[in-house]
Amino acid sequence: MRLTPDAWIFWQYGFVKLNATIVFTWALMVVLVLGAALITRRLTADHERSRWQNLLEIVVTGIVTQIEDVGLKAPRRYLGFLGTLFLFVAASALATVIPGYEPPTASLSTTAALALCVLVAVPLFGISGQGLLAYLKSYVQPTPVMLPFNLISEVSRTLALAVRLFGNMMSGAMIIAILLSITPFVFPVAMTALGLLTGMVQAYIFTILAAVYIAAASRNASGGKALQEPIPASAA
Amino acid sequence: MPIDWFTVGAQLLNFVILVWLMKRFLYQPVLDAIAAREQKIAAALADAASAAAEAHRRQDEFQQKNQAFDDQRATLLREARDAAKAERERLQNEAREAADAASAQRAKALLTEVRQLHAEIARYTQQQVFDIARRVLGDLSGVTLEQRMCEVFVRRLEAIEGPALVALCAALRAASEAEPASLRSAFALPAAQQAAIRAALEASAGQPVPLRFETIPGLIGGIELSAYGQKLAWSISDYLGALSSGLEETIRAAAPA
Repeated sequence: MRLTPDAWIFWQYGFVKLNATIVFTWALMVVLVLGAALITRRLTADHERSRWQNLLEIVVTGIVTQIEDVGLKAPRRYLGFLGTLFLFVAASALATVIPGYEPPTASLSTTAALALCVLVAVPLFGISGQGLLAYLKSYVQPTPVMLPFNLISEVSRTLALAVRLFGNMMSGAMIIAILLSITPFVFPVAMTALGLLTGMVQAYIFTILAAVYIAAASRNASGGKALQEPIPASAA
Repeated sequence: MPIDWFTVGAQLLNFVILVWLMKRFLYQPVLDAIAAREQKIAAALADAASAAAEAHRRQDEFQQKNQAFDDQRATLLREARDAAKAERERLQNEAREAADAASAQRAKALLTEVRQLHAEIARYTQQQVFDIARRVLGDLSGVTLEQRMCEVFVRRLEAIEGPALVALCAALRAASEAEPASLRSAFALPAAQQAAIRAALEASAGQPVPLRFETIPGLIGGIELSAYGQKLAWSISDYLGALSSGLEETIRAAAPA
């Protein structure tokens, strides 16, 4: 039994390896991008549109609404990052219904990579939102004494993000694997359904937490207001 | 639980690529489509608003036109009614005038007829009266009466004066044997009266006057002298003629013009 898909290696050449995490990630990428490309190829601005376009519009506008609800006033600016986080995590959880599939998010490497992305994205959005000095100043708020604690907070929440997602996804996959060996009928189906729910919740939590961190970093020190900027029609 | 840092790096790269690809193939097209649809909806709403405004404007215009049409119709109707009223009054007046004229004409004709009838009756009565008077006076006239007439004639002759006397004298003087003055009476005058008259004439003329005595029963009773256009007469016939002339003048004056 593998605790992580990293251990499922298809090909290796020294340090470079092609494991299940990377392969399933590529597969998910292909499905997501190809599906999006196929559907958006025939987008229409008319009132009557295809159900697939409706689905995509619901997903995209839902993500935009969630980002806005967190407090980010220019949600389309963060849509690319946060939306992809959500869709990737959710897709990797949904794909668990496919036999033989192991979610990339059940690998600590993947969740660490995602958490690192958040760790990098937060200061980037914060600096672009309120400037380098203002952002750096936020680390010594309310007093310079808080600087180490703020730095620890940055690291620890990144770690928490990675471990939380990994733990939930890995445990779900592990539970199903164990149950399949004990009671191969019916019960694993229920647990798979539960795992789907858990995966969706984790995707939501991961994305919302990242949005919250970005929102916190984007607020200026004095006003506490989130970044507001004009939204171009084609911005994503 | 070891972390495979190569996998971490690979997943980082994968995620960044996925972000770019999703932006390129999902978010941008979908957001563009939504924006285009919103724009179309906004344009449609604007069109609808402008159409509604246009409709309101046209409705207002239509109402104004309707109002103007109603006003114009009311004005025309009122004018037509006034014109019809005036025409009716004119026609009524004309008819009334025509009726009055006809009535007046008829009344006038009736009056004329009545007056003509009255005149006819009066004329007839006058004629009858005069005929009766003439007959009565003719029956009554005699020598005595003629004598009396002769006296009156002589007295009147003597009473003439002024221009009438001058004209009479001239006429008497102009009389000759060939064309003597004529003295007419209804009855043959006795010699004494003829002499008295002759004497009176000669006294007036101042010379002998050739005189011819004629008897004309139509005079009824009376004497008439005529010489060179001058005439001096006294007779009942004259009285009756004067009366008749007076009556005719009275009737003519009373008759309509």
